[in-house]
Amino acid sequence: MQRYFLSRLVQSVLILLGVLTLVFFMVRVSGDPASLMMPKEASQESIEAFREKMGFNRPLPVQYLDFISHAIWGDFGNSLHFKTPALSLVLQRLPATVQLAGAGLLLAILVAIPLGLIGGSTPGSLWDSAGRLLGLLGQSIPNFWLALVLIFLFAVRLRLLPSFGRDELKSLILPAFVMGLPVMGSLVRLTRSAVLEIRGEDYIRTAHSKGLDPRRVYYRHILLNAAIPLISVIGVQFGYMLGGSIYIETIFSWPGMGQLIEQAIGWRDYTLIQAIAFFTSLVVVSLNLLTDLAYAWVDPRIRLGS
Amino acid sequence: MEHAASKGQSSGLAVDIERTWLGRLGYLWRLLWRDKSGLLGLSLFLLLVITAAFSPLLAPHDPLDQNLSDSKTPPVWDVEGTWKYPLGTDNLGRDQLSRIIYGSRVSLTVGFFGVLIAAGLGLVIGLISGYTGGRTDAVITGIVNLLLALPYLLFVVVIASIFGRSLLNVILIFGITDAPIFARTTRGEVLRIREAGYVESAISIGARRWRIIFDHILPNLIGPLITVMTFEMSAMIFYEAGLSFLGLSVPPSVPSWGNMLSNGRKYLTVAPWISTYPGLAIMISSLGMNLLGDWLRDVLDPRLRRVKK
Repeated sequence: MQRYFLSRLVQSVLILLGVLTLVFFMVRVSGDPASLMMPKEASQESIEAFREKMGFNRPLPVQYLDFISHAIWGDFGNSLHFKTPALSLVLQRLPATVQLAGAGLLLAILVAIPLGLIGGSTPGSLWDSAGRLLGLLGQSIPNFWLALVLIFLFAVRLRLLPSFGRDELKSLILPAFVMGLPVMGSLVRLTRSAVLEIRGEDYIRTAHSKGLDPRRVYYRHILLNAAIPLISVIGVQFGYMLGGSIYIETIFSWPGMGQLIEQAIGWRDYTLIQAIAFFTSLVVVSLNLLTDLAYAWVDPRIRLGS
Repeated sequence: MEHAASKGQSSGLAVDIERTWLGRLGYLWRLLWRDKSGLLGLSLFLLLVITAAFSPLLAPHDPLDQNLSDSKTPPVWDVEGTWKYPLGTDNLGRDQLSRIIYGSRVSLTVGFFGVLIAAGLGLVIGLISGYTGGRTDAVITGIVNLLLALPYLLFVVVIASIFGRSLLNVILIFGITDAPIFARTTRGEVLRIREAGYVESAISIGARRWRIIFDHILPNLIGPLITVMTFEMSAMIFYEAGLSFLGLSVPPSVPSWGNMLSNGRKYLTVAPWISTYPGLAIMISSLGMNLLGDWLRDVLDPRLRRVKK
């Protein structure tokens, strides 16, 4: 377990170094980072001055080492738009995104897991069909479109819910639902297939044949085993939601990291974009690490194995 | 007992049906007919392909034709609607139906070529990684894992913002960023196939490396790759529409589903149909490809097929 933990930790650190490298080269692939970051109508002299100021005229390896040695301490330089440290701007937006993704995930779990459990236990039933339909819709509905449709229905027509902002708890309902739906879809599918698979295992037949109370078989043997794959998927999905909130936050004017990146692209504020890209990756990679550890801890085959 | 019976049955079937191409097609058709959701998926996919291929014949108007006096005409089932514009018009009086029909071209082009590039790149990388093993494999696997660990959407949006709006850029961005998924699938399959008895026999009778790759590994890769291609194509159509929605895909003058949605967003309160129908088009295409992918996964994986019987 300790060795597993260490190797996963080292792996995550390497991935984050890779992310930093990617983020460094990302703004340089077009050839000239200075003209990428300056307004389109900027004069040649001002671009030149900016290049000098940012140190883009130094040799690439020097720039790279300079970037990495600052970035590992969280220093991505000042945002070009706000003129304040980029990372703290990102951190200010973090709570809103976590709240949105958390609410979406909670909603998804509350709906999907019961539906998947029922569907898997009674394949072909009405509940099962409902679950499978939900799984398919969650996979196929574009979230930016769903957001517009729900705004039209609930904000414009029915005037029940606010269409933008983060002023009251009611504002959370629509964006959280839109965010949660695809996750709901994949969780239903996964829960259902996990239960179906486990129900066919030999140990379930054994448990039934030795006359065990069916409820006990259900809770001890089916539920516990189905929970293991769910843990890893929930962790990964949460990371996916944090990184995929751009459309939803833009449409609902939700003041989180997704909205910030959309704004930063408009401002050509690439230092801020670098900070957001790295920080989001850091959160996603850490979540994956935690998920893997939780998975290893729950699954005795990994916990007790070498 | 059970094993022997199923073996006898499947080899009997194989003699009957796998002799001719026509027989194989007939067999596939019977499999498809049995699974109605696969049939629906294939129909929706063909609908998309036909719409894109014959757009000029199907579209009632020129998708770029502006007719300001008819702007924001509602769809035909509205009291103010007219058959001239079955799905209404947008803020510039352009026919929505024609724009949706032409928009299928952008989606399908991005999806098709994006997936083709990604699958090609991924296949080569995965083959090298899985077949050579050792240090090469370790380095490639490390890079692939790094790329798959990233928040994909965020990076695609940022990269698209750097390269600027053009169809070619969008195709290349998706083609390259999606390659790791194919590389991982290929590598996994290669490792599995290499262990198979028939590959071992081929090696033992002195078959050369290329012969093993072309005769044994590639044919076995086609099934899993086609399945992944279907799902990824659906994902790319989604992502392209998303990029268009943020103004980062094809230029605004090009009728694409995402551009239409994004344009309609400004008129959501007065003319909701401008963004509603393009969204439905995205959803139907994606639904079709997901259903088709589910079916292909079941059919092309012989292990699953046997279980299903």
